[in-house]
Amino acid sequence: MIHNHDIVFDNVSKFYGEVLGVNRVNLSIPPGVTSLVGPNGSGKTTLMNMIAGLLRPSRGQVVTCGLKPDDAENYFRMVGYSTQYDSFPRGLTGYEFVECYLRLFGYSAKDTKRLAWEAIERVGLREPSARRIAGYSKGMRQRIKLAQAIAHRPRVLVLDEPLNGLDPLARAETIALFQALAAEGSHVLISTHILHEVDLISDRVIMMNQGYVVAEGQIRGMRDEISEHPMQVLIRCDKPELLASKLFGEKQVVEVRLHADRAGLLVRTRSADGFYKLLNHIALNGVQIESVAPADDDAQSVYEYLIGTEESTK
Amino acid sequence: MTPTTANWNLWRRQILAIMRIDLRKTFFAKRGLWIYFLALAPEIPMIGHWLIPTHGPNDTLGQDVQIFAGIFQFFYLRVAIFFGCVGIFSNLFRGEMMDKSLHYYLLAPVRREVLVAGKFLSGLTAAIVIFGGSTILQFPAMFWHHGRELMNAYMFQGPGMSHLISYVIAATLACVGYGSLFLAAGVLFRNPLIPAALLLVWEGINGFLPALLKKFSIIYWLQSICPIPMPAQNAGGRGNILALLVIDIDPAPAVIAIANLLLISAFVIVWAALRARKLEIAYGSE
Repeated sequence: MIHNHDIVFDNVSKFYGEVLGVNRVNLSIPPGVTSLVGPNGSGKTTLMNMIAGLLRPSRGQVVTCGLKPDDAENYFRMVGYSTQYDSFPRGLTGYEFVECYLRLFGYSAKDTKRLAWEAIERVGLREPSARRIAGYSKGMRQRIKLAQAIAHRPRVLVLDEPLNGLDPLARAETIALFQALAAEGSHVLISTHILHEVDLISDRVIMMNQGYVVAEGQIRGMRDEISEHPMQVLIRCDKPELLASKLFGEKQVVEVRLHADRAGLLVRTRSADGFYKLLNHIALNGVQIESVAPADDDAQSVYEYLIGTEESTK
Repeated sequence: MTPTTANWNLWRRQILAIMRIDLRKTFFAKRGLWIYFLALAPEIPMIGHWLIPTHGPNDTLGQDVQIFAGIFQFFYLRVAIFFGCVGIFSNLFRGEMMDKSLHYYLLAPVRREVLVAGKFLSGLTAAIVIFGGSTILQFPAMFWHHGRELMNAYMFQGPGMSHLISYVIAATLACVGYGSLFLAAGVLFRNPLIPAALLLVWEGINGFLPALLKKFSIIYWLQSICPIPMPAQNAGGRGNILALLVIDIDPAPAVIAIANLLLISAFVIVWAALRARKLEIAYGSE
């Protein structure tokens, strides 16, 4: 169902001459943190640039919270974008960079100053903000770009590889910031190739490959739909051999493997729900089960099943 | 929709914000130093002439007025201001594309038309300060060695002041005319030097064109504003190859020339603003 507060791609295609950017994208992205993953050239940046109005669709339309990028005066009060480009106007300090573009919004000098400091403090750059950006580390440049993107308090924040170059502490702080913004009701759309962080960051994931959206939604729901790869479940129990012997005869179980430490099993099943019911039944018949955990319903596994190896995202 | 007062106030503030960013870049960028050199180049021989006077029979104020007119029309308008405007105005969009920093403007709630207007005004302000300022400095550099009395008489009792005002207006309108064309070239072309080279050739062959075609140029109208015409026979009489550059038709009245230059520039800026609406950021292909 499409809402007026969603980011909507309505049959959007983008071609660069003969080269396909993205093709027939239909999406409705609700507020929250959404991760965009896919290999290089899959169309992630094209999709983000179209939300930000830096590119125009060759076909279809992009509507964000009911507005189109052509309505610049209203649209860009709502949208903030931190691009992948590690480039800045020459000679500016961190503070000047945030402040000078904030002035384009038409704020008074006092409000501009207040919003600039608020954003700079939110990304933890108060001290270095008086220094020229040319002397910043990669992580600091990422954060000052983020400050510039959030300074006008946008409802829709689009971030192209925002965690690149950040040290672990800054990474954790930045992720916490994304989650705080999402909790305030904002859209936070992030492209990333670090798949193990996708589960941590996102409410939803959009997977892209060769210009097409190959899957979208919550990871678990996406995993359930990949029928050609049976679900893997890791079980820790007191009698793994006995459990294995009971599972072998069940038709929804495809494969059972005993752990090297002989304290657990890895089971591959066609139906997770059916399997969990079965397991409950078995647990009542003499097997003490310590833990049951899905082993491949994370973003990385889903990505590998749908697109290929994680290496291809880099 | 009719723009309201609030719209105009917002656009004014946005234009001032754009000018604040761009003027700093234009005035203080190291890569723009050559523009200052170009603007101040006429002063070098003029100051040399002042420091090492020739005292020959030709070293008269009247002769220097003719020489100044030649330098201004052959070098200053056609070379210094022309290339200076290439450097200033084509960089306003294309230079930012090369630096991958144009998107910061496009991600602000600024109409593309307002962005074009703001960038044009910032380029124009810089160009007028640099080239108009240099025109004013060239006057004392050229005429001071004739002595204060003669200089004062020329400036305040003779035609000197009106000549100076005409030259400053011509320099300003050259910045307006060439500036609008090179700003549009920066919006429309990946390499604005190609249209700049074509324009240079067009302006150069202007003297050979039929009377009607001569009017489709900037230099024709600028020369109409200059106070001292450069008759072809005078320049040619000395076997001067520069005579080829002289426009040998009746100049237009100054008011018509000014109005036409402003109209041409306004048309070009409006066209550039309309094209800027479709501008996309594709740094990868720059």
